[in-house]
Amino acid sequence: MLGWRLEKGSAPLWLRALIPVISIIVTFLLTTVLLALARANPFAAFYAMLIEPLSAPVSALEVLVKATPLLLTGMAVVFAFQSGYYNVGAEGQLYAGALAAAWIGQLPVAHLLPAPLVIALMLAGGFAAGMLWALVPALLRPRLGVDEVVTTLLLNTVMLYLINAILNAYWLDPVTNWPQSPRIAVEYPVIVPGSRVHLGFVVGVAVMLSLWWILTRTPLGLRLRAVGLGKDAARFMGVNVARTALVAALVSGGIAGLAGVGEVAGIHHRLLEDISPGYGYSGIVVATLGALNPFGAGVAALFIALIEVGGQSVSRQLGIPSFLADVVQATLLLVTLAMLLLTRYRLRRTTEWIKP
Amino acid sequence: MDQTLIIGLLAATLRIATPILLAGLGETFAERAGVLNLGIEGIMLMGAILGFIAAYLSGSLWVGLIAAMVVGLLAGLLMGWLAVTLGLNQHVSGLGVTLLTSGLALFFFRVLFKGAASAPSIAPFQQLKLPGLGVVAPILEQYWLTYFAFLLVPLAWWVLHRTTFGLWIRSVGENPQAADTAGVNVAGVRYAALAISGALMGLGGSFLSLAQLGTATFGIVAGRGWVAIALVIFGNWQPGRVLLGALLFGGVEALQLRLRAVGVNVPYQLLLSLPYLATIAALALAGRNAAYPAALLKPYKREE
Repeated sequence: MLGWRLEKGSAPLWLRALIPVISIIVTFLLTTVLLALARANPFAAFYAMLIEPLSAPVSALEVLVKATPLLLTGMAVVFAFQSGYYNVGAEGQLYAGALAAAWIGQLPVAHLLPAPLVIALMLAGGFAAGMLWALVPALLRPRLGVDEVVTTLLLNTVMLYLINAILNAYWLDPVTNWPQSPRIAVEYPVIVPGSRVHLGFVVGVAVMLSLWWILTRTPLGLRLRAVGLGKDAARFMGVNVARTALVAALVSGGIAGLAGVGEVAGIHHRLLEDISPGYGYSGIVVATLGALNPFGAGVAALFIALIEVGGQSVSRQLGIPSFLADVVQATLLLVTLAMLLLTRYRLRRTTEWIKP
Repeated sequence: MDQTLIIGLLAATLRIATPILLAGLGETFAERAGVLNLGIEGIMLMGAILGFIAAYLSGSLWVGLIAAMVVGLLAGLLMGWLAVTLGLNQHVSGLGVTLLTSGLALFFFRVLFKGAASAPSIAPFQQLKLPGLGVVAPILEQYWLTYFAFLLVPLAWWVLHRTTFGLWIRSVGENPQAADTAGVNVAGVRYAALAISGALMGLGGSFLSLAQLGTATFGIVAGRGWVAIALVIFGNWQPGRVLLGALLFGGVEALQLRLRAVGVNVPYQLLLSLPYLATIAALALAGRNAAYPAALLKPYKREE
């Protein structure tokens, strides 16, 4: 069969630089089919999704608001995946952090303490709760060889039920009968006046910078990346593989917990059932699009946030379901994964007949 | 415990085990061929929702069932293209397939049913009516899909262990180099296994909407796909033991439904999480004895 053949070798630089652009174009061509099925004008839809949110300051700032949890779940995934630990439980860990922040924030004593101290306590509590929720899968893998992908995914479902139980059984709003926690005493300050952009964005950027520093400038980072590149080689180097993976898993869980703290302290000011429309899963998209690089993931978080905000404006203006944003995200993930192959191989047209 | 209680529990166990068993058998085929299909959760949701939409629009449950299997099969082929042809990371591409298929399912749900929390009800498949069974009637009067799922267990075993196709599947999952040398089309067999896995996952999802509920909601699958993946590991990639796992999950779920009906002093959402915790416990017990297919997660490329 005449076909294409992949040959090993580094792709030319111009191609590597173009990959995100090509991925985005291919993704939008593919999703055009979907828009046609929904009887919508694709140009109008993509304009509303990608350009419109940036054309007004209010919605442009809303992109930063959406990017805040994505930045943190993205960093959580970057940190774990870099060390070869497939933590896909950021969704559950996010809710664990949100639960801790809501609980600390609504305590009577939170009304008495100075605000910065309460915020520090919420951050610490959220980080610890995220770590705690990541602990069981992290221990089961080295001790019993249980695949962390499966356990972290299962615990996402368990956490959703736990949140439901707590909200419906203990925190049911006595007046409205709505499943929500009491309002927290201290909120994240808004950092851009007149918008919803809150302290969580600063937390996200700080985590991004710290991760970059840890991964590239510290012995721990070296060990983490060594384990990620190959466990046997890392062991040979004298790295304690089990302990390193445990650190990766717990820190990753903690960072995801901070995303939950931000949603409670910065946006809703209480715990609700649906504070996350899947930020934990989007974190995997963000990390992959960013090639597991903290800064790359930072840019990806902004772009995914734009798609999320854009999805809502498409829905408002054209009546297209906002799930379009989810489809675009998933397609972009798969297309980028495929495109990243091009950085490792050169594509050549084969001229001889080869067996399929 | 009295007799009717036990019979009720057993009947519910078999019903609850059905979708997980179908999807779990599908996953068994994929993993035996060396490919982890993490698209399972989304493919089940797509089977449940798009299968329901097809049945709703056509007025025929059978059209819905076939549609669910076809979209599942297509998603399985997509997984094949990503994992087999392109050789991408199976964890990330599988989750990508789950995100894509769930997104598509929910998108079309919204296109058709707008802002409704659940789709309109349709008359679902009915449980079989069998004469002359006496007290055990509730256990045996199941949906025909439940019978089908249970019959698939020996069939899957037979295909995997007693047919040439099964030998191919196991060989490409254990040692693709050797299989290739022996003239087996590694990529072709893996595609076929993924197509089977996707179709069964779609069918498993459609059981929820077209038989058990007669409607569709966003949360209809609720992590059952992840449970099925866990049960395949627990079942050591043996159809018979996957069935055992599905029955255990079904049993714990049936028990918690019963506890809820009796009214224990625990929020029912906590009881809902019990089967998932039991699944994690089962995984921990299976632990080190799990004999993963040797080539699982490893893309195969012929040495040139």
